Amino acid sequence: MAFLSDDIRQQILAYLPRYPNKQAVTLPALHIVHDALRCVPHEAIREIAEMLDLSPAQVVDTMTFYQFFREENAPLGKTRVWVCRSLACGLRGGEELLETFCQKLHVQPGGTTADGKITLEFAECLGACEGAPAVMVNDEHRHAVTDVDALIAELT
Amino acid sequence: MPDFEPILLKRINAKASPWLDAYRADGGYRALAKALNEMTPTQVIDVVKNSGLRGRGGAGFPCGVKWTFLPKDHPGPIYLCVNADESEPCTFNNRILMEHDPHQVLEGILLACYATKASVAYIYIRYEYGVAYRNMQKAIDELYANHLLGKNILGKDFSLEVYLHRGAGAYICGEETGLIESLEGKRGWPRIKPPFPAVEGAFRKPTVVNNIETLACVTHVVERGADWFKTIGIPPDPKNPRDAGSYGPKLYCISGHVNKPCCVELPLGITVRELVDKHGGGVWKGRKAKGCIPGGISMGIMSEKEFDTPLDFNGPGKVGCLGLGTAAVTVFDETTSIVDILYNICRFFAHESCGQCTPCREGTGWMMKIMDRMRRGQGRKEDLEILDEVAKSIGIMPGTTICGLADGAGWPIKNAIAKFRPELEEYITSGQKTTMSLALAGSH
Repeated sequence: MAFLSDDIRQQILAYLPRYPNKQAVTLPALHIVHDALRCVPHEAIREIAEMLDLSPAQVVDTMTFYQFFREENAPLGKTRVWVCRSLACGLRGGEELLETFCQKLHVQPGGTTADGKITLEFAECLGACEGAPAVMVNDEHRHAVTDVDALIAELT
Repeated sequence: MPDFEPILLKRINAKASPWLDAYRADGGYRALAKALNEMTPTQVIDVVKNSGLRGRGGAGFPCGVKWTFLPKDHPGPIYLCVNADESEPCTFNNRILMEHDPHQVLEGILLACYATKASVAYIYIRYEYGVAYRNMQKAIDELYANHLLGKNILGKDFSLEVYLHRGAGAYICGEETGLIESLEGKRGWPRIKPPFPAVEGAFRKPTVVNNIETLACVTHVVERGADWFKTIGIPPDPKNPRDAGSYGPKLYCISGHVNKPCCVELPLGITVRELVDKHGGGVWKGRKAKGCIPGGISMGIMSEKEFDTPLDFNGPGKVGCLGLGTAAVTVFDETTSIVDILYNICRFFAHESCGQCTPCREGTGWMMKIMDRMRRGQGRKEDLEILDEVAKSIGIMPGTTICGLADGAGWPIKNAIAKFRPELEEYITSGQKTTMSLALAGSH
């Protein structure tokens, strides 16, 4: 029996007509699996490779280049929170904000809370500099974040 | 000078609806109708070429000229790759265009594809722009539903498919060939050029890569003409035969230590000082500026004394910066240590170097480690010379790397050593330490 569900497989296959070759579906496929499973397990990599006529090594090569995708030994929590530390945010308290998140959530950047609700990450420029210090919750920006307790309460 | 009437931000400033009906009611897709009904593709290329529109992504290459590099009478397919991977630190203008006025961008994409005979456009959008991604997708869906995408658009012999392609958090994918490799499902390693993408790009076919803001400008150039576009901005320097001029409006991002961080549209050529004082609300907390980065961190550092420099395609170069870049100005005030600025910048490049070329992979790492040591009060006198040497020897200009990431990584270091040497020397000899927390210093 296949590791990936029919639904996930259909979502991946739906991308094939967009591109002249199958390898181009690698990133969309990784995103689909990663969103659904909170990591990309090795079995999923094998099946993506099979669907796209690739070697699993090619999928691993692409996947690991982007430090974005989690392997099965470190899956994401329910919500992924990114705190920007690049220059525009750093000048307006971004680094201190990241430290506050670490203290309140009892994790280091990259870590997931014990209850599995929040994974904390540092981000390089989120492109929300008019709202520095900026935070990204999954893929949506929050501007000028000052109240860390309120944001954590909202997400847990 | 009377206040400039925004063009690209006109609907956004008026808080107009981003969706198709409202965009059309405001005159949207008139440029598309004009091009398809009255102009040949060559005429569209000519008007863009004659307008002097230069790419807004950082390099400033003339847009219409780039289009003419495609092979003549190619059987196809030809691709347009839209660079929406806006990842240069301190830059967010393309995000604003995509989130709030996606059809202005899409009209430019349609026009560019008509001009270049591209049959598919891939919009490579950075993962971090989730709202922009969903708004662009909704706008694309509206276009398909209204037969403005797909087969025989407006009943003409012009068909186009547009797809969004999400990135996964890698700065290097904003480099045009890194973008193409990433689109193809590979690691985002830039390619050696030539061949340039116009000859062999995505899927080994002729490909044009254009920036979001550039394409938004195309919409207005086609509608209002080259002469109108040239009434805005700065004409070529008569003393510089290679200068193509700095025509048109530009979205300037202002961030850092200013009272009002924002994105503002102005004619190319405004000075940093006017931008900061008039549009950014001045330096915060009643302080003075120490300096700024003039166009994303890759462009180097400008000292406060240089703030009267015009932000056109030539201005920043006159004070030793790399160029206009993305025209994103980030100000730091007089209390900020230049060491903290450089550490932040070096950490970014060390994290984002793709690792393909050894001088960049190692050099950006060394520069970060030296800056880290310095900010801990353990800098050595010879560090400035080592930094300068590394900065000058990594990059496409010294010929040691494939792409320009390392040039951008070295430039702030070179500028800082040239412009802030006394402060750096004092920091080292006094054993000063950063006032920033070091608690997370291990998280490179």
